Amino acid sequence: MTAPSATDPPLLEIRDLQVEFRTREGIAKAVNGATYTLHAGQTLAVLGESGSGKSVTAQALMGILDSPPGFVTGGEVLYRGRDLLKMGEDERRKLRGESLGMVFQDALSSLNPVFPVGWQIAELFRVHRGMGKKDAMTEAVQALERVRIPAARDRIGDYPHQFSGGMRQRVMIAMAIALHPDVLIADEPTTALDVTVQAQILELLADLQREENMGVILITHDLGVVAEVADTVAVMYAGRIVEQASITEMFASPGHPYTLGLMESIPTLETQAGELRAIKGLPPSLVDLPPGCSFAPRCRFAFDRCHVEVPPEVSLGPGRTSRCFIAQEVHDGRR
Amino acid sequence: MSSHISAELEAEGRPGGTDPRTRSLSRDAWEDLRHRPLFLVSAVLIGIFLLMAAFPSLFTSTDPRACDLALSRQAPSREAWFGYSSLGCDVYANTIYGARASIVVGLATTILVSVLGSALGTLAGFYGGKADTVLSRTADIFFGIPFFLGALLVLTTFPSTPDTPAWQTIGKVVATLVILGWPQFLRLMRSSVLQVRGADYVEAARALGASNGRLMRRHVVPNSLSAVIAVATISLGSFIVAEATLSFLGIGLQPPVISWGEQISSAVPYVRIAPHMLFFPALFLSVCVLSFMMLGDAVKDALDPKLR
Repeated sequence: MTAPSATDPPLLEIRDLQVEFRTREGIAKAVNGATYTLHAGQTLAVLGESGSGKSVTAQALMGILDSPPGFVTGGEVLYRGRDLLKMGEDERRKLRGESLGMVFQDALSSLNPVFPVGWQIAELFRVHRGMGKKDAMTEAVQALERVRIPAARDRIGDYPHQFSGGMRQRVMIAMAIALHPDVLIADEPTTALDVTVQAQILELLADLQREENMGVILITHDLGVVAEVADTVAVMYAGRIVEQASITEMFASPGHPYTLGLMESIPTLETQAGELRAIKGLPPSLVDLPPGCSFAPRCRFAFDRCHVEVPPEVSLGPGRTSRCFIAQEVHDGRR
Repeated sequence: MSSHISAELEAEGRPGGTDPRTRSLSRDAWEDLRHRPLFLVSAVLIGIFLLMAAFPSLFTSTDPRACDLALSRQAPSREAWFGYSSLGCDVYANTIYGARASIVVGLATTILVSVLGSALGTLAGFYGGKADTVLSRTADIFFGIPFFLGALLVLTTFPSTPDTPAWQTIGKVVATLVILGWPQFLRLMRSSVLQVRGADYVEAARALGASNGRLMRRHVVPNSLSAVIAVATISLGSFIVAEATLSFLGIGLQPPVISWGEQISSAVPYVRIAPHMLFFPALFLSVCVLSFMMLGDAVKDALDPKLR
């Protein structure tokens, strides 16, 4: 968990990414100008509720968006300075697995049920490295050992359904990092797991990140997970990044009313007996976004301007941004 | 689970263990099949039928075409176990020789239909859009042709005469069944592929750099195929029945090709006075079809890793 130095060129940079889904009900604007930066050795948590566009952003940057109906309509995804969106499909495909790895939420459904796990990992080495069957299998064993699966050699012949949930997620991680990518995207990697296993998986991810000096994008809706492993946080709401901050700053002084609402909804020892403080209302329909700030209809600070004009990104210090007209006031706790 | 434990013991026993066990779906399916009585019984029966088709002379030394009208419709006896047909031919020898045509038609049709149907079904299901529309609508058109009408049309347009070489007569029947049968397999495969295409593991494989071709070969097809394999093994029986039916109607296989359908057809007028002429070819036909259907059932279960 080293702090990214400002002089390092970023590993991955997403600029003003726009993604829409063309459905029968109309055009759903799933991502409306997402912007974030990832450095090597850094964990960036993308925090948001269901439908906020956090997974779609990741799919768009991986190039695995289901198209149709999903289309990237604007923006840039720069990996080591090269725009992935302008690359040919073949070139992009070679980067996947090799430079960009991805872990999914449900490892059972993310592993091919008809092949043993060892075979599936070995396949990566055969395809990307042109290895023979035997060498690839040896690599597969090593990959399973890296994610600390006990008796890896004896388990490579097992099918995904013969593993427990936590072990399965380890297998998934082993596949994602098998070729030593420098960016790992983990899309809700612990949501399907129970709490003790969650902690183990997060610890494993943190360890691997340190060993490999990877940049990790952790997509989650779980503030606890964010607090545990992230260095910086990007909070997404209705397809926009509404706030970016380092983890400590976000928890200490949220700079956007939405983040503030999220913080307040965490039950503390004092509030435990009482009611949970939820954010009132529902997220807007992506087919019919309000003209101004998307959060305005639910925001207790909203005033006239919020409903007609999209707030620009304002800086709240180095590496800190917020999309709110009164960001500074919210940040200082004056509201 | 017990196989897992024994495999572990085996692995521990290996010094150094430099050779990781390689397992595959087909090998596991085979391990599973070996212990199923349903499979063993049907496999033995099919083995006998295949042997009969390949080497009929192993089962009988009588020439099926050496007929003596003086023996017409004689009942089963020690000389002729299944009796004689109305032309005085040995029914046993004819039944044995009839296996070849039925098995060849059944196997060839099944292989062609399932390969063609599932290849097109995979493309339609995986790519969707225009490819799907074109392929599916074409299949619908063929699917809409009533089976016997279509078969009659094809086989009367290209009729076989006693002078037609045997392989041509058989080829025409196979072609007819393939033309009318492939849409079923396209539909079956397409629907399985549609289900599998959206699976997380396909997306995961894509995220790890698999190409479309590899996605289809390694992820989509293996996970969609079990339905096709099961239906194919079961259909093999129905194709044999269809061939027999067409031969019975006099438009399928016909002399000089010896087939069960043709034998049944010529036995029907005499069913009351010489039932043995009908009984034995019909019995062989039923047992053969039944064995393939039982095999299909066993194979279907063995190919599902979750049942293991």
